Amino acid sequence: MRSSASPIRQGLTDGLPFIAVVIPFGMLFGVVSAEAGLNMFEALSFSVVVIAGEAQFTALQLLTEHVPTFLVLTSALAVNLRMAMYSASLTPHVGPAPLWQRAIIAYFTIDQSYACAIAAYERNPHWTTQDKVRYFFGAVVMICPLWYVATAAGAWVGSGIPDGLALDFAVPITFIAMTGPMLRTGAHRAAALMSVVLSLTFAFLPYNLGLLVAGLGAMITGAQVELWLERRAGPTTPTPQEAK
Amino acid sequence: MTEISSTALWTVIIGLGLGSFALRFVFIGLIGDRQMPEWALRHLRYTAVAILPGLVAPLVVWPPATGGSFDLPRVLAGIVTLAVGYVTKNVLAAIVAGAATLYALLYLLG
Repeated sequence: MRSSASPIRQGLTDGLPFIAVVIPFGMLFGVVSAEAGLNMFEALSFSVVVIAGEAQFTALQLLTEHVPTFLVLTSALAVNLRMAMYSASLTPHVGPAPLWQRAIIAYFTIDQSYACAIAAYERNPHWTTQDKVRYFFGAVVMICPLWYVATAAGAWVGSGIPDGLALDFAVPITFIAMTGPMLRTGAHRAAALMSVVLSLTFAFLPYNLGLLVAGLGAMITGAQVELWLERRAGPTTPTPQEAK
Repeated sequence: MTEISSTALWTVIIGLGLGSFALRFVFIGLIGDRQMPEWALRHLRYTAVAILPGLVAPLVVWPPATGGSFDLPRVLAGIVTLAVGYVTKNVLAAIVAGAATLYALLYLLG
């Protein structure tokens, strides 16, 4: 999908499918907040300040169970640990941007914006740092405000989207659809496979720690397979990274 | 169920907000322009394919919507989405194919 559209337009386009994810889940968070006794302002503040769906649901659930505040924070932050990996992964691409831009990117780093951005950066190795920043902003300009609006709407209306629409599956489908085109090399495929195996094996671990085990294990797998493929190909052949 | 205290709620909102921002900012903000070692870059190239499949695999195999029990329409929809995305390299085509599979099977089997 190499396109001549400007980075910001590509970002906007790539962000669009996530509307089907963000609206139902934002509304659901609003509804669950209202049920837990939060008013609309509190629910909205939660989504604006934290801007991480899964961690928000975890924190709210533990708050309603009157778990000590320190444990609520620790558990919800554990759920969000993968954000640090996203941060590291984005650094080679947008590291040279001004600090204020990097701060905004950090705030808007969620699963969806990260997945869009890293796929686009690999598709467009010729992009400048500013192109990459513009793409990122294009991708989040639709998704993130909708997350706030949907949260407020859910808290206000008090009901979400009917189950019959099976929108619970919007998250898996959008992420799987993005993963398909990312499986460019044997190293990528091996990493993805290891991720699936480890995340299912370690699903019993609390606080999403199974995902962390899967992520680290799969990154090591990808790196090792890349090295092995390089050695096998011999020194004159380009590395998978250069062969894009 | 007693109400959540206002203090606890706002401590969690602000603390989680700051903590989440710190996690997101730690590398992008602090390393910035500095060159990272080759071994680190070699691992970071695989972050997306290491995290995203692990994020969705349990949701496909044990969907929360069915109370965690295996659901044929969801598993097949996941497989179709992956196959179309892999072959066509077109994210939108994969989403449409996956959603169509899911709705068709839910309708036929439901």
